[in-house]
Amino acid sequence: MTLLKLDNIHTYYGNIHALKGISIEVDEGEIVTLIGANGAGKSTTLKTISGLLYPRRGKVYLGDKDLTKFRAHEIVKMGVVHVPEGRRVFSRLTVMENLEMGAFTRKDKDGIKKDLQRVFELFPRLEERQTQVAGTLSGGEQQMLAIGRALMSRPHILLLDEPSMGLAPVLVDLIFDTITELNKQGMTILLVEQNALLALKVARRGYVLETGRIVLSGPAQELAENPQVREAYLGGA
Amino acid sequence: MLRNFMRKYDVTDIVMWLIGLGLLLVVLWGSYKTLFVIQKYESSVWLDFFIFGLAQGSVYALIALGYTLVYGILFMINFAHGEVFTGGVFTAYFVAIAMERSGFIERHWVLALLILMAIAMTVSVAIAVLLERIAYRPLRGAPRLVPLITAIGASFFLQYTYRGIYGSGVKTYPDFPALDGKLNLLGREWPILTTQALVIVVAALMMVFLYWYVQKTKAGKAMRAVAEDKEAAALMGIDVDQVIVNTFALGGAMAGVAGILYALLFKQVNAFMGFIPGIKAFTAAVLGGIGNVPGAMLGGLFLGIVESLGPSLILDGLGIPAPYQLKDAIAFTLLVLVLIFRPTGILGERLSEKKA
Ligand SMILES: Nc1ncnc2c1ncn2[C@@H]1O[C@H](COP(=O)(O)OP(=O)(O)OP(=O)(O)O)[C@@H](O)[C@H]1O
Ligand SMILES: [Mg+2]
Repeated sequence: MTLLKLDNIHTYYGNIHALKGISIEVDEGEIVTLIGANGAGKSTTLKTISGLLYPRRGKVYLGDKDLTKFRAHEIVKMGVVHVPEGRRVFSRLTVMENLEMGAFTRKDKDGIKKDLQRVFELFPRLEERQTQVAGTLSGGEQQMLAIGRALMSRPHILLLDEPSMGLAPVLVDLIFDTITELNKQGMTILLVEQNALLALKVARRGYVLETGRIVLSGPAQELAENPQVREAYLGGA
Repeated sequence: MLRNFMRKYDVTDIVMWLIGLGLLLVVLWGSYKTLFVIQKYESSVWLDFFIFGLAQGSVYALIALGYTLVYGILFMINFAHGEVFTGGVFTAYFVAIAMERSGFIERHWVLALLILMAIAMTVSVAIAVLLERIAYRPLRGAPRLVPLITAIGASFFLQYTYRGIYGSGVKTYPDFPALDGKLNLLGREWPILTTQALVIVVAALMMVFLYWYVQKTKAGKAMRAVAEDKEAAALMGIDVDQVIVNTFALGGAMAGVAGILYALLFKQVNAFMGFIPGIKAFTAAVLGGIGNVPGAMLGGLFLGIVESLGPSLILDGLGIPAPYQLKDAIAFTLLVLVLIFRPTGILGERLSEKKA
């Protein structure tokens, strides 16, 4: 069943036409990846879904709801949660306060407590550093916090923008294991990655973005074997 | 060696430091003369100065919080905040007069005071929120000079609106007979006026409340999150516009209470009364490090005390006639000095991290 659907999206930054008619579908329970070179429009696509940007044309549907009619904070309440590029943790808030902000829309105290436990099981490092100010965490710990914080809102669908950026290989593995694990527990994930090889490994389907347009799409396996994709994104190997 | 030194610090730096050093010497010399040569005042007089400074500093601190909260979130100076302060006490004045005539203040002074504070807070909050909605929100995203100029315009607009509605004269606030004289507590008399004690205690309570709100409540944490990163905050499901409104409202509430405390201390209101305390409170906020909540509190108290002690302590010793007339000059000299030597303010190191 289609959970999220982008229908011919055009998004602009002032006069810059960043997305030139993007159509994407994400089914319930899938991992779908969006790959492409720098500046292709991957982050812009996620921002348009989460309501940080409004498309000039086209619609974003969550089920049968038109998300372009809602503001970013309302879209979060509908279960669409965006972990932006570059982590963007609140550096002057403590780890615990960051996680509390993740649960901002929720009122069920017991549920929040349970999810906090779950985040701490996923990332024990965060539990050790609860009272530490987030700005003093290492890059990897900040990425864990960014993901953990998003999980605290109990998302239905998670939009991840380059979760592996700037991380050591061990941490990249940890993050990707986490992504697979969350998906197994039923979470739908739209994953943007520079690291196309890894992304296509965990995803079921993928879209290739080039200067604001989708140029290729299909099952992840097929994309990974496609000579064009290998040439452009997988180092030609 | 000299050449190295010159390379590191350019001429203006050196000149500024020399001016600073000169001023410091003047301050020390004046204080020395006052305390050890002239000896015009007894120590009890100094204590009176200090306590008065603390009381007016508490008022500055409450107003300063409004500047600092708004700056922390929008990086704009709400120059109309002095008028937010005026609107509350001036409106409450008419109720105060009615309560004085009916003898209500005499009979139930605590209740009367609470009612006045509630009215002043409500009006100040309403003005602050309307300002945000009408004057500032449409300009969000405009270059920073634009909302600043709008704020100055709004400030004049409000001053003349008050004058139009409430009249142009200086009005005398009703007296609270229960607060006359020195504080009598625990069977003895304390060297502090009852009014001053009340002002200091109420302001302290408000500040403790505000600190608790910002640090411990969910709404306060959301406010800090928005101050740091509005997009990321929106992605947490925080309604950023609502948080901005709350911030203006909180600043307005503090200014409303500050207005009543000011009326208790100085007994006067008029349409333009907010201007000087507003600028002073802004100075206090910059002193403490604008955007920083404890900084605004500290800056306010510090400025109040310096203004009260400074003229007699420094200027008397230098033989300057009527030193008290120069208290405003001292306050603003302090502002200039802080801007030169510590632009981030006393507690301002956090500000420099901010990407502004
Ligand atoms: N705030 C902005 N103002 C103007 N142009 C922008 C802005 N943000 C992005 N763009 C432009 O929009 C296009 C798409 O940018 P986007 O950030 O979506 O790329 P991306 O695929 O996420 O790239 P990367 O892999 O480098 O993160 C780029 O040409 C970029 O220069
Ligand atoms: Mg990007």
